[in-house]
Amino acid sequence: MASEQDLSMARRAYLTGIRRRERFIKAMRYIILIALIVLWELAARIGWIDPFITSSPSRVGATILRLLRDGELFLHIGITLLETVAGFLIGTLLGTLLAAVMWWSPTLCRILDPYLVILNALPKIALGPILIVWIGAGIGSIIVMAVLISLVVTIVTVLTGFLDITGEKQLLMRTLGASTLQTFTIVVLPAAVPTMMAALKISVGMSWVGVIVGEYLVSQAGLGYLIVYGGQVFKLDLVMASTVVLCILAAMMYYGVAFIEKKLIRHS
Amino acid sequence: MSTSIVDINNLSLSYQDRQAETLAVDGLSFSVSEGEFVSIIGPSGCGKTTVLSLLMGLIQPTDGSILVMGEPAGTNNSHVGYMLQRDHLLDWRTVEENVLLSLQVKRMLTPERREHTLRLIHTYGLDQFRSHYPRQLSGGMRQKVALIRTLAFDPTLLLLDEPFSALDYQTRLRAADEIFGIIRKEHKTAILVTHDIAEAISMSDRILVFSDRPAHLKAEHVVALTSPDTPLQRRNAPEFSGLFNTLWKELEHHGV
Repeated sequence: MASEQDLSMARRAYLTGIRRRERFIKAMRYIILIALIVLWELAARIGWIDPFITSSPSRVGATILRLLRDGELFLHIGITLLETVAGFLIGTLLGTLLAAVMWWSPTLCRILDPYLVILNALPKIALGPILIVWIGAGIGSIIVMAVLISLVVTIVTVLTGFLDITGEKQLLMRTLGASTLQTFTIVVLPAAVPTMMAALKISVGMSWVGVIVGEYLVSQAGLGYLIVYGGQVFKLDLVMASTVVLCILAAMMYYGVAFIEKKLIRHS
Repeated sequence: MSTSIVDINNLSLSYQDRQAETLAVDGLSFSVSEGEFVSIIGPSGCGKTTVLSLLMGLIQPTDGSILVMGEPAGTNNSHVGYMLQRDHLLDWRTVEENVLLSLQVKRMLTPERREHTLRLIHTYGLDQFRSHYPRQLSGGMRQKVALIRTLAFDPTLLLLDEPFSALDYQTRLRAADEIFGIIRKEHKTAILVTHDIAEAISMSDRILVFSDRPAHLKAEHVVALTSPDTPLQRRNAPEFSGLFNTLWKELEHHGV
């Protein structure tokens, strides 16, 4: 790398331009967030909006602090996180496994195709009442709901990834006398890592949907429960506070997956 | 004449698909001796590649016999290396790991084999790229890595399926030169399938011209050139253009 002095004027101006734009984008992101919070707070104080209905940043903050002090917050976060992580881990692992089985047997893949299409189109939330009757009103039903929602997406995405690996790479393996298992572990699986990571990202989001919907339907604890409960007793502070916490958790989990992705795909 | 590596006798192949039964190869016979470099040219879709698949034992002939080192094709593929049009290097493996792929798949990754392969990497100038990933290499270099991957298990016979066709013209000439040199130096027998007449003349000892489908042997030419033995220099041999024209005419009847 040449040092800054060796560069031409045009090059230096170009680099400065890029850095300035990067800084601007980053700054704008924070500015929008802060402006929204300030505007919300001001509107509530001045009386443009009714904080009883819209809550306000200071009231949200106070609610979160109160929940923290009571030790309630971590209980709810813990339960929701447990359900979500269990949901997407089971959904992803099971989905990848099923996708692998379907890759293995093209006949099975064709037999199951219409079922997969219908399951994919079906709003899994409609199965909520059935799950409650079969499994009971508790964490079990919620996790199964999260698994159901993330499972089908995972199968479809990962299977497409597996099948995308060109026939010619498989031909190469055949000329080397590779077994199907070798072709899968040496070529198909590693080649599908980017697709699998994409599926994981979708699956994380899907599993949040499943968990929150599940908690709306049946639950005595969790962030979804707090939101529904807050709505029923008209405590909008509680609803907003839980939603903010949910936002932060969902973002953290997404970036967690993105971080793992970066670690796994070193060669590009 | 030294021992024969490939013996194809009255070979026929027909294959099935939903529409019809197609006769792809009909009464094909030829043989290849040890150390020979033989090219197969023919109109596109005539079944040149099919013959390579038959030699690998990936498909079975309908009739006739196809022997590789005295055994039916596919019986013992550790003698046979196959090079495809594209290098198909695995992006997530380094050059060294890619080269060792064939040994890994064949469960032949002994210390001696490994040593032999690393020596190939060294001899053919890839030492400094050993821990590079494929996307950091040029097209010609990638094809060289693919060749060394094929040579790693020390096959006697190399099957080359248009290995240069994915490269641009400049790279292609240089890669052909280099890969020809390696094959000569390692004393391999090679069968090259190509649609490039000039490439066939510049690399081979003998050229087989296939007919249009169903493929059979239409003509055969021994390439005798009065010039030094590298593909690039062979292109300047006085006999080159004469042979080129003959082959051109033999292919011409089929239209394009």
